[in-house]
Amino acid sequence: MAHLSPTAALEPGQDRTMILNMGPHHPSTHGVLRLILEIDGENVVRMMPDIGYLHTGIEKTCEAKFYQQVVTLTDRIDYLCPLTNNLCYVLAVEKLLGLDIPPKAQWMRVMLNELTRINSHLVWLGTHALDIGAMSVFLYCFREREDILRLFEMVSGQRMMTSYFRVGGLALEPPLGFFERVRDFAQRFPAKVDEYENLLTENPIWTMRTKGVAHITAEDAIALGASGPTLRGSGVDFDLRRDMPYSGYENFKFKVPVSQDGDVFARYMCRVQEMRESIAMVQQALEGMPAGPIKADAPKVVLPDREKMKTQMEAMIYHFKIITEGFTVPAGEVYQAVESPRGEMGYYVVSDGTAKPYRVHMRAACLANLQALPAMCEGRLLADVVAAIGSIDIVLGEIDR
Amino acid sequence: MPQPAITDLQQLKNHPAVAKLMAWNSSAVEGAKFDRDEMSIYLDRSFIREACALLRDDSDCPFNFLADVTCVDWFPSEPRFEVVYHLLSIPKRERVRLKVRLGSASPKLDSVTSVWPGANYFEREIYDLFGVRFAGHPYLRRLLMPEDWEGYPLRKDYPVEGYR
Repeated sequence: MAHLSPTAALEPGQDRTMILNMGPHHPSTHGVLRLILEIDGENVVRMMPDIGYLHTGIEKTCEAKFYQQVVTLTDRIDYLCPLTNNLCYVLAVEKLLGLDIPPKAQWMRVMLNELTRINSHLVWLGTHALDIGAMSVFLYCFREREDILRLFEMVSGQRMMTSYFRVGGLALEPPLGFFERVRDFAQRFPAKVDEYENLLTENPIWTMRTKGVAHITAEDAIALGASGPTLRGSGVDFDLRRDMPYSGYENFKFKVPVSQDGDVFARYMCRVQEMRESIAMVQQALEGMPAGPIKADAPKVVLPDREKMKTQMEAMIYHFKIITEGFTVPAGEVYQAVESPRGEMGYYVVSDGTAKPYRVHMRAACLANLQALPAMCEGRLLADVVAAIGSIDIVLGEIDR
Repeated sequence: MPQPAITDLQQLKNHPAVAKLMAWNSSAVEGAKFDRDEMSIYLDRSFIREACALLRDDSDCPFNFLADVTCVDWFPSEPRFEVVYHLLSIPKRERVRLKVRLGSASPKLDSVTSVWPGANYFEREIYDLFGVRFAGHPYLRRLLMPEDWEGYPLRKDYPVEGYR
């Protein structure tokens, strides 16, 4: 597998080849990704991604914050799926604490996570199609994405940086009329997916630009640590939601779309099918939504209701202590992985028994998927690089952290 | 409250990864811990690459997917660094965590890029942010910080605000 590892910096080319710099502000690199390409005419001989332009030191910042304050930082890692990051972090801390989460909170988490997946896939589909030249898909996708962002705003008060999941449950009870709005959206959405597919799936230009392009085998994808649709597009039937369920996913029925082809089109089909499965899961969550509390019964960890805080002495004391001193977490370490829209999102949280995490490490799915990009592009045409970048669905905020 | 951790190697030897490593070379295994449903195995630094290859190619429970590599700095205690590998078995849906402790004098160990090419960026990130070196890494350069950056930001003796 020597061909999968770069061995030297790319220097100005000898004889036939030349070095082409793509990015970091190229419109189709989805953020600030810089690709250094060695090209021989139109063929890519070698590729080396250069990252770090969005590095903000979130892992370091986490070590200086209370456990509950870190939730707001997790939103900012991957701005397309903040709720997935919230979920992964709070699950890790809850595992450290040994908290039991009430069923309603778990179902809400699943429902919002699947909406987040649709939201993320819509941005991916819109921009991916835009890169390849299908302009109008972008407008269709952002029309539905706006509906989802309005749902997030309704439930959390924020369109993007939601911070809605908290250690021990949810931040707030969902507002009146929220479930009706979600139900309305869930009924409308499958027809919209048909619209996207009408525009693309059998479109000859789309299939010529995507079929057989940026191929990667299952062995290479596993060796490079690729996960999510990038892995399933190569025929590996593995989804953490089904195979290692968390947060009540074992209560849901869904299919995991897998494609054997390993090209851009296969990854496209996986994600489009995932949108259909996700909206079916949102409907299941709406139908089976349990009643009951949305926060765990752990007064030292979970903030009390405002009502109680203002009327009961004890609740007031807990509130004051959690805000000013945080809550302590028993020493230990936990690796929690969830299936984010891009693959395996993992949080490794180490506690030393104080109120601040000793170490928080995010396993970014995109970072590993990006390593698969040179394996997809080397030896192929320069124009296909753009299709390949879109197909691994990278978010540079998550890669650089 | 979580259950207390099990650290007795004898009680843990039924776990596929522990059993495999003990049968291979019991002196490579420094200890093991089962805590919060997660298995951690402490390995001697000189055996990490062989141990990873062994676990990857195991016929019963192949840990074929390297999910993550990271590092924890326990400054000022010694051994200071702990390099942490998270392995996943896609066929068996099983996880295991391997740990290698490194002293601050020469934080260096073998790279596992020859076992999983995907370790490349993870190891570069650790080198970049902790200053731990990986022998045999094909391209050990800073990944996130600028090339000319001084210091290793995720070390505990590096201030959160940076040096000013």
